[in-house]
Amino acid sequence: MIFSAALGEALSRRLKEDSRVVLLGEDIADPYGGAFKVTKGLLSAYPGRVLTTPVSEAAMAGISAGLALQGYRPILEVMFGDFLALCFDQVLNHISKFEAMSGGKAACPVIIRTPMGGGRGYGPTHSQSLEKHFFGISGLEVVAASLFHSPEETFCELLSKKNPVLYIEHKLLYPAEMMIPQKGHVAGFLTRKNEGESNVCSISAVPPEQCQVTVLAYGYQAAKLLPVMKRLAVQDEIFVELLVPSRIAPVDFAPIERSLEKTGTLVIVEEGGAGWSWGSEIASTVQNRFFGRLKVPVTCVTSESGIVPSARDLEERMLVNEKKVEDAVRRCL
Amino acid sequence: MNDIFLGRNDEPKNERLFRRLYAIRRFEESVLSLFDEGVLSGTTHACIGQEADAVGVLEHVRAEDLVFSNHRCHGHYLARTGDVRGLLAEMMGKPQGVCKGVGGSQHLFAEGFQSSGILGGLFPVAAGSALALKMKAKGGLGVAFIGDGTLGEGVVYETLNIVSLWKIPLFIVLEDNGWAQSTPKHLNTAGSLKARFEAFGLPVTQIATTDVTVVEEAAGRQIEFVRSSQNPSVLAIETYRLCHHSKNDDARPKDEVEARWANEPLRIQGARIPEERVRIISKEVDDALKQTIETLKGGR
Repeated sequence: MIFSAALGEALSRRLKEDSRVVLLGEDIADPYGGAFKVTKGLLSAYPGRVLTTPVSEAAMAGISAGLALQGYRPILEVMFGDFLALCFDQVLNHISKFEAMSGGKAACPVIIRTPMGGGRGYGPTHSQSLEKHFFGISGLEVVAASLFHSPEETFCELLSKKNPVLYIEHKLLYPAEMMIPQKGHVAGFLTRKNEGESNVCSISAVPPEQCQVTVLAYGYQAAKLLPVMKRLAVQDEIFVELLVPSRIAPVDFAPIERSLEKTGTLVIVEEGGAGWSWGSEIASTVQNRFFGRLKVPVTCVTSESGIVPSARDLEERMLVNEKKVEDAVRRCL
Repeated sequence: MNDIFLGRNDEPKNERLFRRLYAIRRFEESVLSLFDEGVLSGTTHACIGQEADAVGVLEHVRAEDLVFSNHRCHGHYLARTGDVRGLLAEMMGKPQGVCKGVGGSQHLFAEGFQSSGILGGLFPVAAGSALALKMKAKGGLGVAFIGDGTLGEGVVYETLNIVSLWKIPLFIVLEDNGWAQSTPKHLNTAGSLKARFEAFGLPVTQIATTDVTVVEEAAGRQIEFVRSSQNPSVLAIETYRLCHHSKNDDARPKDEVEARWANEPLRIQGARIPEERVRIISKEVDDALKQTIETLKGGR
């Protein structure tokens, strides 16, 4: 099953089983079913709980907050991640602050879902990976969809908690086949979910204990790395443990540290532009905690800094890619 | 204790309204002197002169209704809850404050009440909360207080559109005090304020008054309409702020402010009730307020 269908099914099931769930978003009504078709069929099945909205991101974020404060579980689709800028005040000053600001009295469990990332030639305002601007917002969790994490499990977990969440969906995930690990395997690799590390999927060609490099990646970038890992393993006997977290902020350092105890080498991959990034923040913490035990400095592999151009060749040149990751891994050894 | 600030239901209405106006006025004055004394720190936005809006409108709310305020929230909070102790403790940063001292003067959260410091920021939250009440179909409505300065914020218009489109039971109260901090209305707003709401198909009642009974009567009719029709409605009140925007930051013409004292709400409402009752109510509120302040100052 492809990701968009798995996600749509997860949302449908939550609507069916959890009467608190309300979906909101622009153009999510049938027959259109949302810009990326995730919500197709849902408004017809659950009228009154699936609300197609005017083009008003800020108000919709605020209205979702109001619904959440009154006990509903709103899931707001923001059509493009870039449009999150239009509801930033609601996320930063309202949704994520209510609980702490009220001395713990309020709970505002809004879930905002939004597509992120480039690779489709949509240009500077429809291709960004803006999640870096939401990392570090106190009270907010940022969760990244991946092919290795079942949307059903993720949404069940998110709805069992009371904090607000930003759930980012890389656009190129929508048509991609899910790769849910089965009995410790996925696509010819070994997978492992360690006790207490439920949100992090570990993927490697050989048991993690025998890997030389730890690679940390989320979302679409993680799925792209399997061919790289295969090539490194087959051609050069370089074995990578790929860690794919579902929750990317706050960061769970336990699995990273467990892997680093063996490898002493960390490469962090993200599609966001260089600087002030997920990778730089994690590198800072890891280098503090593992100073003297790292074999090489932590490497951050990112897209170039700057805007995402429309022209396909320019976009391709600026975005992070498998070659950059492969080169970075080789340079570490 | 809260009864002394709110009045009991069996108290004659005019006296109860006076009591509430008086409690809010003295609370705000006390707060300003506590800043001067150094007991309070941070910031505050007093509503001296505008008390009739809070008291008149909130006379008609029920337990199931949800009230949303803004940075100038003390009057709304006290008219809703009577919780002088919780608010003052909050401003003093004490754990027994309504938000354990985290929220402070402008970020309050209590049963059926919420305020925040971003202009217009709570407006869509109020709409969403009122929408939730409608979806639950258990009655109840939202009341959102905004000011004329807030009409500069874009999210307000996004929200007005949705409130009208989705028929959300939200009673919108525009407290138009003519000044956004230090900027007069004519430098802030073009065209007609009323037309801004009417453009979204919202019914608007406009009054220019600091008389609590006029506010109370207009609000009563409008709230009844929102409650029974489950549709939104707007009450625009032209009023005046007699104090600083915050603390020691009033640059408005002195004679303009001075002239407005002639119509201050306490004087208007006080003239309606026997002098003896004015004296008794004032003393009851003064004593209770003093006792609350002393207790909290003493660390209890």
